[in-house]
Amino acid sequence: MWYYAARRVLMSIPIALGVSVICYALVLLAPGDPIQSLLPPDASPEDIVYLKKLYGFDKPIPIQYLLWLQRALSGDLGISLQTNRPVIVEVFSALSNTFVISVGAVLLAFTLAFILGTLAAYHLGKPTDRAVTAAAVVGVSIPNYWLGIVLVIIFAVKLGVLPATGMGSQGSAHFSIFEWAQLKYAVLPILTMALVPLGIIMRTTRSAVAEVLNNDFVQMLRAKGLGPLAILRHAVRNALPQVLTVMGLQLGYLVGGSILVETIFTWPGTGFLMSKAILTRDVPLLQGSILVLAMTFVTINLVVDLLQTAVDPRIKRA
Amino acid sequence: MNATAPASAAITEQIDERDRGGKRQPMLIADKLKKYFPIRSGVLQRQVGEVKAVDEVSFAVLKGETLGIVGESGCGKSTLARLLMHLIPKDSGDLIFDGDPVGGVRGITLRELRRNMQMVFQDSYSSLNPRLPVQDSIAYGPRVHGMDYKDARKLAADLLDKVGLRAAMFGARYPHELSGGQKQRVNIARALALNPRMLILDEAVSALDKSVEAQVLNLLAHLKREFNLTYLFISHDLNVVQYISDRVLVMYLGQVVEIGPVDDIYNAPRHPYSRALLESRLSMDPAQRVIEPPISGDPPNPINPPSGCRFRTRCAFAEDICASSTPLLGAVSTQNHFVACHMASAGSGHSKAGLAH
Amino acid sequence: MTDVNALLADFAEKEASPPVRGYWSSVANRLRYDYVTLFFLAVILLIVLISVFAPLLAPFDPTKSSMAYRMKPVGFRNFVLGTDELGRDMLSRLLWGGRTSLLMGLVPVALATFIGGILGVLAGFLGGWVNTAIMRTMDIFYAFPSVLLAVAISGTLGGGTKNGMVALTLVFIPSLCRVAESATTQVRGLDFVEAARASGASTLSIVQHHILGNVLGPVFIFASSLISVSILLGSGLSFLGLGVEPPTPDWGLMLSTLRSAIYVQPLVCALPGVAIFITSLSFNLVSDGLRQAMDVKA
Repeated sequence: MWYYAARRVLMSIPIALGVSVICYALVLLAPGDPIQSLLPPDASPEDIVYLKKLYGFDKPIPIQYLLWLQRALSGDLGISLQTNRPVIVEVFSALSNTFVISVGAVLLAFTLAFILGTLAAYHLGKPTDRAVTAAAVVGVSIPNYWLGIVLVIIFAVKLGVLPATGMGSQGSAHFSIFEWAQLKYAVLPILTMALVPLGIIMRTTRSAVAEVLNNDFVQMLRAKGLGPLAILRHAVRNALPQVLTVMGLQLGYLVGGSILVETIFTWPGTGFLMSKAILTRDVPLLQGSILVLAMTFVTINLVVDLLQTAVDPRIKRA
Repeated sequence: MNATAPASAAITEQIDERDRGGKRQPMLIADKLKKYFPIRSGVLQRQVGEVKAVDEVSFAVLKGETLGIVGESGCGKSTLARLLMHLIPKDSGDLIFDGDPVGGVRGITLRELRRNMQMVFQDSYSSLNPRLPVQDSIAYGPRVHGMDYKDARKLAADLLDKVGLRAAMFGARYPHELSGGQKQRVNIARALALNPRMLILDEAVSALDKSVEAQVLNLLAHLKREFNLTYLFISHDLNVVQYISDRVLVMYLGQVVEIGPVDDIYNAPRHPYSRALLESRLSMDPAQRVIEPPISGDPPNPINPPSGCRFRTRCAFAEDICASSTPLLGAVSTQNHFVACHMASAGSGHSKAGLAH
Repeated sequence: MTDVNALLADFAEKEASPPVRGYWSSVANRLRYDYVTLFFLAVILLIVLISVFAPLLAPFDPTKSSMAYRMKPVGFRNFVLGTDELGRDMLSRLLWGGRTSLLMGLVPVALATFIGGILGVLAGFLGGWVNTAIMRTMDIFYAFPSVLLAVAISGTLGGGTKNGMVALTLVFIPSLCRVAESATTQVRGLDFVEAARASGASTLSIVQHHILGNVLGPVFIFASSLISVSILLGSGLSFLGLGVEPPTPDWGLMLSTLRSAIYVQPLVCALPGVAIFITSLSFNLVSDGLRQAMDVKA
């Protein structure tokens, strides 16, 4: 198992390098002169010369990439054109906000989905199952940016019980999920975000539990005279690793794909940061956010894989 | 066909215009065929060992005969079949088909070999393309070799009739609409479509019900006469091999341990492994109960086969000589009967060497 | 006597042989009784027809604005579904908006199926270093969540329908490539492919006659499930200002520009989302139905 884990960690290194190549190539793909896109429009000729030298724009592209990689590894992702602050500072302060709603959404989705999915599997083919299956399809078909707007219309515009946007006057520096005054800002984003993972985890739970219930050993438990609850306990325990894996992957997708939900709610996370960077054509900030988010996604996938190896006794891949 | 007598009058009297080497030239000679599969491991996928699947196997298949190959699962039978068909590349060794080396400068090409030698696979869900009507599966080979669609269809229909399936009824069906026995008949028809001179039957009847198996075996015997075929019949079922074969080859861990006429092997096996294998068959006679298993345990790991004689770890007669020196195939008293055992070769140093059994 | 036998044989033949049916016709036969799938297939057809004939169906010019009729409610005068923040007729814009949404849903998936499918079959059939090169490259693109990759590509390339489609195509290629590769790898090792090789067939002929027919099914099913994703992502890009450019009517873009008006006309603001939802739901359900109908154990 340790061998497998070490191998898995090593294997993610070339992937991370590949991701960095793509992130670097994005700047080259951008229309116009890459130097222009890395500097504010009012930059002086001296600035341009200085940057050219620093970034090695007179050198071949592979060397440019290596120079960039070297700076990125030492934490230098450039300076945001809009705020003049280091990109890495901007991205990491936003990342924690993204995690607040992503983790919240995944936990909410998992709790609901696991219960509903198990119910559906137990009543396979019956009305309960059909209702849950239909709900799952609806969940993955609804555009969540639209659901966010609808929730705002209902809870903020009509009922006025929850704030529509933002993170409250306290801001991100002192956010606490234990104070309602602040938590209430996160409720709608979390609900909106939970939708897609809800549908997907529900489907996974349903098929995983149904598969276990179909196994010979469950038939034997039935033959031994165990009640439905005891049987379900066995089934759930066997289906859990698979569902947890899917949940972990969903967390990765939420963190990486938070841009739509955060834009609707102007929630100051990485997605909102990217959205602003796109609007203002702040290329260093955009590139930095993409790099950090992609690396976060790679890391989450890695952790999920390793946890699965640790939990699942069948994996002893040599 | 006559069910009690195997087709042992096999050397055919017919004259085959495809014959090149003459009646005495074996149809196929395999000379020191070798295939090791590398085992890779680690992050860099370095080769850490190899499975000696087929290790210097030599034998000949005579014209018109049926040579049976028996052995436990994993002994290399199927690898051997695929090597002969060139479906996997061999590491070394030579093949001579009717006097012509395969792939050599003066020999026949691989394409010609495949025209002349075809293979019938074990019946399984994967032996026929699920997306093709069976007549198209049969017609595919001839079309590859340049026959036009109409003629290939007609040939497929003829062959379906020959294997006992009415073409009008079965030709347009898909594999999932056929039973196991019917699918196997289609497999045979497909192999015959190129008008080959030799068929390799790799566990061709092993997956069938006993009654269907008997029908297919009879069909094979009938086709053999009609098309003047030579068979290489691979099976783990000793009774079936006895029924259909003229000669039998016994394999153990990638090597030939004994080869000879079917009656000699079945009545007087000389290799301890052949003997154990034959004794492991269940008898119909309740007085002949098998109390002790004649052979126990699994075959050793083919990655690191035992030194000397590979069977010595499971052999009741193993002595020091068996570990230090590898026994070679040598003739025993009867003609055409060869065995690779120190006990059968006088002066080998084994205490039982040269004694009659 | 012989006549009777011939008749009997003829009869037995008709009795014993079920109507022989090809794979695709048996799939169609299953679908015939799947009313849910048929219903949503009809919905999709309707949406396609509406999009094609939008110029004839729309009561107003979808881009003609009017300061006098801004943000009118549903049913205001001739505006059946109200007007938007620039006084344009919502119904006309919704009818026209299906065009870009369908294009965003279908074109990237079709392109990605073609490119990813070819790459996957190549990787699966050739194996070895070709496989390693192709699949490891795909792994790198896989390391991006799809929304992030789409935003990253169209964000740097700049907005516009064409760039959006390029971005979505690139997002879908890796997964389609994986599906095609694993299906090909599975089929490649099966006995009937060995038998085809044993008959002396060329690689090209084997791929054409024996591999493609067995790989297209899974690839097609998977691609159909991506259409809904593509519609959602495409509208999402437009919502972020990265897809369709104003004043072209597009459901995602409409949602975005109407967002400022949710306090004034909440119902009107929600309409484009309903359109996206119905379209994506229909494609999802039809894809599910197709998957079930095509899941024939051969």
